Amino acid sequence: MSEFLQHLLNTLVLGGTYALLGIGLTLIFGIMNVVNFTHGILYTFGAYIMFIVVQKLELNFFLALPVAVISGWLLGALVELTLLRPFRGSDIDTTMLVMIGAWIAMQSATLWVWGGVAKSVPTPFPEAPLVLGPVSVSWLRLFVLAAAALLIVLTYVLINRTRLGCAMRATFQDHDTAALMGVNVDLVYTSTFAVGSSLAAAAGALLGPVYVVYPQMGDLAAVKAFAIVILGGLGNITGAVIGGFILALAEELGAGYVSSGYRDAMGFLIIIAVLIFRPTGLFPRAERVG
Amino acid sequence: MKLAVSIAAVAALASVPLWLRDPYLLNALITTGIFVIGAMSLNLLLGFTGQLSLGHIAFFGIGAYVSALTSLGFDIGLPGGFRIVHEPWPPLAGFALAVLVAALCGYLVGRLSFRVRGAYFVIVTISFAEVVRLVALNWVELTQGPLALTSIPPMQVGWPGLGEFVFRTKLHNYYLVLGTAALCYLLIARLVDSQFGRAMRALMENETLAVSIGIDVTRTLSIAAMVSAGIAGAAGSLYAHYMKIIDPEVFAFINTVTMVIMVITGGKGSLAGPVVGGLIFGLMPVALRPVMAPEAQWIAYGGILIAILFLMPRGIVPALARHFPRPNPAAPEAFANRDAKESA
Repeated sequence: MSEFLQHLLNTLVLGGTYALLGIGLTLIFGIMNVVNFTHGILYTFGAYIMFIVVQKLELNFFLALPVAVISGWLLGALVELTLLRPFRGSDIDTTMLVMIGAWIAMQSATLWVWGGVAKSVPTPFPEAPLVLGPVSVSWLRLFVLAAAALLIVLTYVLINRTRLGCAMRATFQDHDTAALMGVNVDLVYTSTFAVGSSLAAAAGALLGPVYVVYPQMGDLAAVKAFAIVILGGLGNITGAVIGGFILALAEELGAGYVSSGYRDAMGFLIIIAVLIFRPTGLFPRAERVG
Repeated sequence: MKLAVSIAAVAALASVPLWLRDPYLLNALITTGIFVIGAMSLNLLLGFTGQLSLGHIAFFGIGAYVSALTSLGFDIGLPGGFRIVHEPWPPLAGFALAVLVAALCGYLVGRLSFRVRGAYFVIVTISFAEVVRLVALNWVELTQGPLALTSIPPMQVGWPGLGEFVFRTKLHNYYLVLGTAALCYLLIARLVDSQFGRAMRALMENETLAVSIGIDVTRTLSIAAMVSAGIAGAAGSLYAHYMKIIDPEVFAFINTVTMVIMVITGGKGSLAGPVVGGLIFGLMPVALRPVMAPEAQWIAYGGILIAILFLMPRGIVPALARHFPRPNPAAPEAFANRDAKESA
């Protein structure tokens, strides 16, 4: 029983960052109809920003997190302006291949600059975990959970309470009509990609110190993000949050009770099962798939 | 005309070992040739049905593992106390089984995943490849996991009474790959030109219209996926018997991306496209090696992919074909007009 409780607690911590990854991708996928293969490298990017700010510049750990989020925002805006805008109007396969090209180039650049050796990020938290009855959790992981929750709430406020969020929702529903109503669709696209990228960078910045930082760390994260988006339904933010927690639970239980070697297979099995049995995701919107 | 060009191209490629003695370059040509076969099979799906499979390396890898395991033999235990013991078979049987098993997997994946289209299909295929990779990594009893399957025997052909021939050297393997590639090219060319090929292209152009004239969508797409996966499995088998060692890294996503880049840059939907794109991208590392670090090469790879999508969105071969138009009396007027409009 205590083992099960421990798995639930781990799920909560892991699920928060998965939800961040999923929200970022579902926004980009839903609003721009772009299969964003740079999502994983933005995750890696956020983790490396943490490493650079904390380890190389020896600045405060809590300062590094906003730096990572803002850097991710800027890099996302740059990618959208230079790579996606010239391909506006191309079919989804073409933009997907452009994103694959950008992903390969950026990942190789990371490998070139920092080498393939995994780095660790020092944290100000005590080594000893917090023991709560039968379960225990490290202070770092508690901080990750709190920060992820805060960012999820901020994203909700952005989407549902601001003018930009309103414009994003309008563009999601019908970008032609939104443009006719005076929404600056170009600005919405750039902002969407920047926000989605900053969330990916935030997830990387939070999980980087928990695990280690290396150039390929984003590859699995990207596919997991796809799994979460498919699970939650295209463009559905609440769905992405729930999907993130479901994936984390499946991984925890799979690793705990089946075999830890197949931990990362859970995401893919979920994708295949969902698409075969319920292709609109668990929480569909009224929209045709494919 | 077209036939003459093809024969000249095969003859030119066949003469390469006569003047090129460098084993490093010959090795690069052999691996490139194997990936060109994979790219041709991917082009059958991507270029002629419009479905982008980003898990194509799964079929290649399944072919490699099936062929290697058939010729090495294995001894595994199954749940419930069953044991399967397999004695080594000749490599040619491995090749045949590789094609069959890969084709069967292709058919099943197609059958299940062609309910969804576009981005969803792409993600199903990626997931399939990753699951297969994780199985290859974790089913250590069968695949040796990360320790790799080693000492895979070279390919050999034989006929009772006529003796047998073992493809031992690089030269042998070069001609083996060239011959297989030419056969696969012919097979794909015949298929695309047949009634079935026209059904595939009709589906790509307008699915609703194709259904309305009686084309069975799932069946057509599944069969295309089956043939495509079978050819990829053949390429994987050649790879296993040439490299003599395979590990789960063969399933790496970057290998699928390499094939996709070959098809897209060469020109999807053109028979010669994957060959041209494959030779360019397969030999590019050889050309870049003296001047660039490997990481910088990959940066250039990504940059070139984006540049080609921007400058020649339909690929090199169609772009060239537009500069050297061939009078084709069989082409209906409507198509000629459409092409003129698109290029305007």
